[in-house]
Amino acid sequence: MNDAIDVAGLRKAYGKVVALDGFDLTVAVGEVHGFLGPNGAGKTTTIRILLGLLRSDGGTARLLGGDPWADATALHRRLAYVPGDVSLWPNFTGGEVIDLLGRLRGGIDPARRASLLERFELDPTVKARAYSKGNRQKVALIAALASDVELLLLDEPTAGLDPLMEAAFRRCIEEERQRGRTVLLSSHILSEVEALCDRVTIIRRGRAVETGSLADLRHLTRTSIEAELAGPPAGLDGIPGVRNLDVEGNRVRCQVDTDKLDGLLRVLTGIGVRTLVSQPPTLEELFLRHYSGGGPDGDLAGEGPADAPGDGTADAERDGVSA
Amino acid sequence: MTTLTGTGALTRLAFRRDRVMLVGWIYALTAFVAATVYGFKKLYATAVLRDAFATTVAHNPSLLSLYGPLFGRSLGSLTSWRDAAIGGVGFGLMSIFLVVRHTRADEESGRLELVGSTAVGRHAALVSGLLVASLASVAAGGLIAAAAIALGLPAAGTFAMAAAFTAGGLAFTGIAAVAAQVAQTGRSARGLAIGVLGAAYLLRAAGDSSGPGGPRWLTWLSPVGWNELDRAFGSVRWWVLALPLATAIATVTAGAVLAVRRDYDAGLLPQRPGPGAATAGLRSPLALAWRLHRPSLIAWIAGALIYGVVIGAAAKGIGGLLTSAEVRKVVANLGGQPGLAGSYRAALTNAFLAAIMSFAGLIAAGYAISAVLRLHTEESEQRADAVLATSTGRISWGLSHVLIAVGGTVAVLVTIGLGAGLGYAYRGGGGGAEVARLVGAGLAQAPAALVMAGIAAALFGLFPRASVAGSWSALGVAVLMLVLGAILRLSHWILDISPYQHLPKLPGSAVSAAPLIWLSVIALALGAMGLAGVRGRDIG
Repeated sequence: MNDAIDVAGLRKAYGKVVALDGFDLTVAVGEVHGFLGPNGAGKTTTIRILLGLLRSDGGTARLLGGDPWADATALHRRLAYVPGDVSLWPNFTGGEVIDLLGRLRGGIDPARRASLLERFELDPTVKARAYSKGNRQKVALIAALASDVELLLLDEPTAGLDPLMEAAFRRCIEEERQRGRTVLLSSHILSEVEALCDRVTIIRRGRAVETGSLADLRHLTRTSIEAELAGPPAGLDGIPGVRNLDVEGNRVRCQVDTDKLDGLLRVLTGIGVRTLVSQPPTLEELFLRHYSGGGPDGDLAGEGPADAPGDGTADAERDGVSA
Repeated sequence: MTTLTGTGALTRLAFRRDRVMLVGWIYALTAFVAATVYGFKKLYATAVLRDAFATTVAHNPSLLSLYGPLFGRSLGSLTSWRDAAIGGVGFGLMSIFLVVRHTRADEESGRLELVGSTAVGRHAALVSGLLVASLASVAAGGLIAAAAIALGLPAAGTFAMAAAFTAGGLAFTGIAAVAAQVAQTGRSARGLAIGVLGAAYLLRAAGDSSGPGGPRWLTWLSPVGWNELDRAFGSVRWWVLALPLATAIATVTAGAVLAVRRDYDAGLLPQRPGPGAATAGLRSPLALAWRLHRPSLIAWIAGALIYGVVIGAAAKGIGGLLTSAEVRKVVANLGGQPGLAGSYRAALTNAFLAAIMSFAGLIAAGYAISAVLRLHTEESEQRADAVLATSTGRISWGLSHVLIAVGGTVAVLVTIGLGAGLGYAYRGGGGGAEVARLVGAGLAQAPAALVMAGIAAALFGLFPRASVAGSWSALGVAVLMLVLGAILRLSHWILDISPYQHLPKLPGSAVSAAPLIWLSVIALALGAMGLAGVRGRDIG
């Protein structure tokens, strides 16, 4: 069994609202897997099914080789969970919560607990009701990281952390990876995902719309092209993969699927190229496109706010040229 | 923008949120008084019957302690006597729940922070909570007056009775406002205010049951006692209404002043640091549950002890009784069975104590339900997730809270019995044997109280969304059946629904094990259903 998490065709509905609609997810042992998607896409539902808190309506889910519903207690000894919205018992101190959760999970490493308290600069003597959101998050993180487990399920764990603590978190996850632990990291912070994750899965409306390594995903993105040609542009319409074509005299602006780039360039060089600005694809653009509605091949891609960053860059560069 | 900006909008929001709850409370309070009028009208139709009844009441400390003195012999007097104290408690509870719900509880959940960041003044939330509770008291008082007049009671007396209810509700509205500033959680604010309400009830019980030369003035200290002191339907003392109204004004002012002096989400007590590590014992679901339940259980047991001592002492005061058939009848109506024990006097004392123990059973059920429903709080506040994501199974999680609810219920009942025995002994009414007898009588209530806990557990497991309203409604029905069942002469088919109907009237009557065993089996079955439900359903 090489996969820590293996989910196929997972379904879950709350009444008429479908949260998961045939969702697939595979996380290999020892991998840090990014789990992305817009709010309400089904990330938390997936994690709660993996924790055995919810029962799925269909499909299969395997966690560390076991059934997350039937073998919940046995599996929970081997994993730690950090919820997105950490709620603590108001009269407990942070230190008490860390110890309690660690012990309920089957044990806590005192040395590691002490070093994590220091790294996250958490005062464990403060009552939970007095903690800020970020500090509550730290309590849950320390409780999870101080436990000796194989799998970490982290649901937007850095949502309330300041940049320094975010950096401390990244170092901790890097260490976890080196120790061979598996991490499922749900996050909205793209730089965090880029820095930490081996592979990512993007979920949208309860389905996996993209999964793969970051390098794989970059191939699926589009490159923005702006060119001034020697003659009037003709025949650009029919080139596969070209979108948002905008012709102004001899100037051409468009976007092209990155794997179809050479087809476009061949036509352009045939006409003759005076200037060429090529804007490389960004992950942000990819994610935003998925978040806003269209996939890489979707028709909506050019219209929505998804392309706003690309357009903004193009505008800036055009301004630069005319200046 | 003033400190009251937005009060209107918040009040409308509160009415929208509470529309079902408000109708339920107002209906229950009105129905309670209307049913009393209706029942007494049938039970004591003639002046002769009412005269006999009034004479027995005047000389019976047990009835005095439960309901207070009777001023006059009319149907109105009887109604006001029977309902003043219990109705006062009902109005008090309604006010407390409404005020805390819209102030401290909302603040604790963070909803008020969201609302407070909009164009809403600093006092708006407090004032809208007070408005909702006050209007509820006014509406319930008005409907009670309308119903009583429709059933034939004279207008002036009815108005005095209803006005006392409303004014008492306003007083507890203010008291709840202060509690909501002092305490830091909704739960503790409710507990604090209900503690004041319970103390008020006991003060008037002690005052009313004391003989000539005794501390009768205690009743004057009690906001619940003021309800009877205006002597509705007798020679009305309107000025007594000034006491609850002055209390309301003073406490509301105090609440508003305190509200300005503290920070958002803070109580008046400063937050102190605690231990940086958990004690060695905090390592199991049961240890966690115990830690969560401990403060409220201690408070309940302290309250139970006071209740028991006061009632036990009052029971010993029973003397100078008239041996009339009417007393038998009334005591039987209370739930006792005079005549089974040796002397009549002892029988009456026993009947009183048995009635008190029935109330103790209801009080213990209140604890039991609130303890079981902590599971619901843990789940809805998402703290259950953190625990269930560890190697803690759902059954051990659920069972840990249920076990403490069961143990706590038994402890509350034993404490009431113990307190009653000690209070009785203190007034010279016997020693260890009496204490043991009363502890036994308290314990005999446990099966019924645990059935109520079982209902709460089953609802939590199977219908979590309905569990809070459903459990408390079940207790409300049991209370109404106990208080009104005999007056209304309800059919046994209906009364038998209540588990309390099947308990032996202890002390003073024979115990048969069968109903106790059956009730325990039912409680166990309900609990098992609840746990099975928890295991099979989605959490959160």
